[in-house]
Amino acid sequence: MSKRLFVKGNEAAAMGAVEAGCRYYFGYPITPQSDIPEYLSRELPPLNGEFIQAESEIGAINMLLGASATGARAMTSSSSPGISLKQEGISYMAGAELPGVIINISRSGPGLGGIDASQSDYFQCVKGGGHGGYHIPVLAPNSVQEMYDLTMHAFDLADLYRTPVMLLGDSVIGQMKEALIPNPRPVRELPAKGWAVRGKSGAEQRVVKSLFLGDGELEAHNWHLHAKYQVMKEKECISEEYETADARLIVAGFGSVSRIAHTAVTMARAEGMKVGLFRPVTLFPFPEKALAQAAARAGKVLVVELNTGQMVEDVRLSVGAAAQVSFYGRPPGAGSLPSPEELLEVIRKNYEETAR
Amino acid sequence: MQQVFKRPQSLKDVQTHFCPGCHHGTIHRLVADAMDLYGVQDRTIGVASVGCSVFLYGYFDIDVVEAPHGRAPAVATGVKRARPDSFVFTYQGDGDLAAIGTAEIIHAANRGEDITVVFVNNTTYGMTGGQMAPTTLVGQKTSTSPYGRDKSKDGSPIKMAELMAQLGGVAYSARVAVDSPKHVLEAKKVMREAFGYQAQGKGFSFVEVLSACPTNWGMNPLKANARIGEEMIPYFPLGVFKKEEA
Repeated sequence: MSKRLFVKGNEAAAMGAVEAGCRYYFGYPITPQSDIPEYLSRELPPLNGEFIQAESEIGAINMLLGASATGARAMTSSSSPGISLKQEGISYMAGAELPGVIINISRSGPGLGGIDASQSDYFQCVKGGGHGGYHIPVLAPNSVQEMYDLTMHAFDLADLYRTPVMLLGDSVIGQMKEALIPNPRPVRELPAKGWAVRGKSGAEQRVVKSLFLGDGELEAHNWHLHAKYQVMKEKECISEEYETADARLIVAGFGSVSRIAHTAVTMARAEGMKVGLFRPVTLFPFPEKALAQAAARAGKVLVVELNTGQMVEDVRLSVGAAAQVSFYGRPPGAGSLPSPEELLEVIRKNYEETAR
Repeated sequence: MQQVFKRPQSLKDVQTHFCPGCHHGTIHRLVADAMDLYGVQDRTIGVASVGCSVFLYGYFDIDVVEAPHGRAPAVATGVKRARPDSFVFTYQGDGDLAAIGTAEIIHAANRGEDITVVFVNNTTYGMTGGQMAPTTLVGQKTSTSPYGRDKSKDGSPIKMAELMAQLGGVAYSARVAVDSPKHVLEAKKVMREAFGYQAQGKGFSFVEVLSACPTNWGMNPLKANARIGEEMIPYFPLGVFKKEEA
């Protein structure tokens, strides 16, 4: 039987990284994710790994770029303002097709904002963030177990698609303690890293770059990246459904708020309302097809987010005219986390509208 | 007949894109010579920066990673930590290293990363068309200092080799020029010494090379070459500023 631990989400992500074979971590302190560098500063050196507390978020992402260029599994982590600083490096990694994992235990903004649970960086993470019109896979865990499991998955996706991958959580997911079963890393067949720099050793020169000045080169490169994103959309969508089979109202939410929505949906069911929950686990690629199917059956989707409306745009694009879409959001800040009772009231109102 | 001079093995047999009178070609050669001396071509990973030298993978026959503007020392840190058996150098201009990349160079140096940094100081941003650099001399006119660099508003040119010498992690820091055969021979010796520190795993080494940019200085190659001795060396003295004993 696997052992059962009681750990924080942040620690679980760090443990998942170690289990996935990550031996190089570069980071900078920022609340609410500092447990990750603290854990890895302790655990990596005995494994002959390297931990560097970088001079800046920019330094850290570029150290990740360098380590990833050698083919090593490497990671950085930060929180919203720090992620803003890392966007330059993420764009370069996307351009040079370098794998790497970035954990974003986001906080509230804009500006210095606050450290409360927040989903106000959905756009920044899912829609590119840096310059150049790229995408990276974004995974949104909603439990300590998923912080562990999805971090391992992130490393596999990174190597499989030669892309940076982001794990997006917030202080609820990063700071809460739950039971964790630290399963061994799943076995997945991954391509050899024939592109990695190693010192050419008498063989062909290898160059890791994102500058393409030749006639037609950059356009071709962008079409190549685009094609990769289409494959991700086809193969890598993950979502979870709860009580959606006969639902007449689907509540859609990701990450921390999905936990509260889950409780609210259970309460609504106890009152006899046919309500279900749809939770995107991958935010890019967005699980459009699964959501469209569930939404078409129900006829109405209520999107709940800890912001003023971001993922709702992707929900509308996914369901089109097949279902009505409404939105309930709480912009982030101290005291703004909705209670299950608050969401139940919103569900009741939306459900009554569908019943009319 | 005995061959006494040839292209270093670490350089490709191609023409460079550099302007007439530019010193990048000479400096590339000195770097390749040092690589050949220690026989490290096959385990070298170069880190290219943003500027005229971004194409160094076209000239050096080695593996190369391209870094974002100013970030080469951080990228090199990641490369070297993940592959400690490799030989890692960055090649950066003055805008890249001494302006936008100041944090990265100072902290890579201060950590004592076992890498070599080649810093080309030509007192201007070359690739973007001759704007004021952190090394632009007081009074020097550039496309963004049309009245000449004003010390009271723009500050003084940064002396990087001296600054590096102050940092605990730096094993070797020197400034050379390549404006005369004598200076080129001295630069060759210094470059070999700097690369030698890494070859022996002795820590961070830094070589600043005073270099001409005739195109952006608005001079012909001969005049540009002469300017190094007349204007640059008096402000940026040549020499070895730090040399840690083994």
